[in-house]
Amino acid sequence: MSENTISHKVAIAGIAETAYYKRGAADRSEFQLTLEAILAAAEDAGLDVRDIDGFCSYSNDRNDPPRIASALGCKDLSLSNMFWGGGGGGGSGAVANACAALVAGYSKYVVVYRGLAQGQFGRFGQGSQARTVSGGPAYTQPYGLMSPAQTFAMRVRRFMHDYTIGHEPLKAISMASYHHAQSNPRAVMHGRPLSEEDYENSRWIVEPFRLFDCCMENDGAAAVIVTTAERARDLRQKPAYVLAASQGSDYRQAATAHNAPDYGTSNFKTVAARLYAQAGIEPKDVDVCQSYENFTGGVMMSLVEHGFCAPEEVEEFMTLENFKAGTGKLPLNTSGGNLAECYMHGLELITEAVRQLRGTSTAQVQDPRISMVCSGPMVQPVSSLILSKE
Amino acid sequence: MSAAPYLPAGLPAPAAANDGLDTEYWEAARRHELVVQRCNACQGFQWGPEWICHQCHSFDLGWQKVSGRGTIYSWERIWHPVHPALREACPYMVVLVELPDAGNVRMVGNLLGDPMEEVVIGSAVEAVFEDHPDDGVTLVQWRRV
Repeated sequence: MSENTISHKVAIAGIAETAYYKRGAADRSEFQLTLEAILAAAEDAGLDVRDIDGFCSYSNDRNDPPRIASALGCKDLSLSNMFWGGGGGGGSGAVANACAALVAGYSKYVVVYRGLAQGQFGRFGQGSQARTVSGGPAYTQPYGLMSPAQTFAMRVRRFMHDYTIGHEPLKAISMASYHHAQSNPRAVMHGRPLSEEDYENSRWIVEPFRLFDCCMENDGAAAVIVTTAERARDLRQKPAYVLAASQGSDYRQAATAHNAPDYGTSNFKTVAARLYAQAGIEPKDVDVCQSYENFTGGVMMSLVEHGFCAPEEVEEFMTLENFKAGTGKLPLNTSGGNLAECYMHGLELITEAVRQLRGTSTAQVQDPRISMVCSGPMVQPVSSLILSKE
Repeated sequence: MSAAPYLPAGLPAPAAANDGLDTEYWEAARRHELVVQRCNACQGFQWGPEWICHQCHSFDLGWQKVSGRGTIYSWERIWHPVHPALREACPYMVVLVELPDAGNVRMVGNLLGDPMEEVVIGSAVEAVFEDHPDDGVTLVQWRRV
């Protein structure tokens, strides 16, 4: 193992989330939700919240570290960090930034957090109400291409064309999330099982996405405490060690007006290569995977680009059976994820990856050693994370 | 001759960027010409426009009038309106068009005609110009050839 890596030097020592709500249903402010999640994550770790000295978030989270540190009376603020760009693509990247700061010695206990109350602050899934637009949006919005679903459907369509893939893999990914949510009392879609017929009969949002191919929009907050492996061993929980945390974007992926040279992609090709090299493992070593579902088509491409199957094998490999905890070759989104647990902007995928290693998931995989998270397909940048028991 | 508007009025109208980066594109569209940014140093095409050529890093960029003939690179049929102006307009068709005589840059537009007609990736289209006199702008749209 190279000295120049965060591998095995850092661990996730605490996790928590607030109750998860339907969009607009939270009865308290986004800032309070964020504080509640951070307090609970510190409590889970067995850490005095005032000892948290580093803060990392992503997607322009509105709850800034100086305000949080002041509100909580943290003794010291040594890191105030935002992952730039990429929306939910920053989830694992925020953990990566925390790892870097810990290994560099900038901070002792870093919280990675995300607070989101779309009821208070407006929705992601609606088009701009602006009278005029300029720059990149001027080349798309006047044609009614305005929402994330519409932005990403175009890429997924091209990938499905290139490899002659039908809609069955998308259905399997959707149904896996809903299946796992049925055993998860935290899940917004707990008690709302999705049958094959429900999926098939659901309305189109934008082809090739039906309603159940699209994530929810929710209110809530989640937080994880990241610290050095040494400090983590002195805390309450069994540490989830970080084997690798990788972030980035492939060549010119953010070229405007859909001009990324490699177009039918989740944008994980270089990130995944760096991730596995850092971890010193291969895709076959991964026991359980949480892969960010903004839209099912993005998960399909993420799994391919993380090496779980070739594009030509998608239809054969991506079945509901293969994705189920207990029977599947690659248990996927075992909390219900963005589709059916909560759209906590993918931070709920990281708490679930930790739960799998602790053995406390509500869809527990038998004794997993390696737990992976892929954050935010098709955006720029994206990020991934590999956690391990050892 | 201008094409009839494909989508209802009320969507955000395009405005040239206030730094002047794409003024020529929007002015050319009003003249019913399709232009693409082209590097005067290496002759490479670039879209969307930028202040620097991503291939040779020259800041000396110009505009090239192109034929407006392209092929469909990807497409989507949109059923769920995300803007009040689109409530009665669904489904509608958005295509991504590749321009072989402009270095295979791609442009987004609507595919004119019946939105339920099958779309074949790789099939030929050509640019048509859709004037919006109230906004003083012209959109570049695409029709099958």
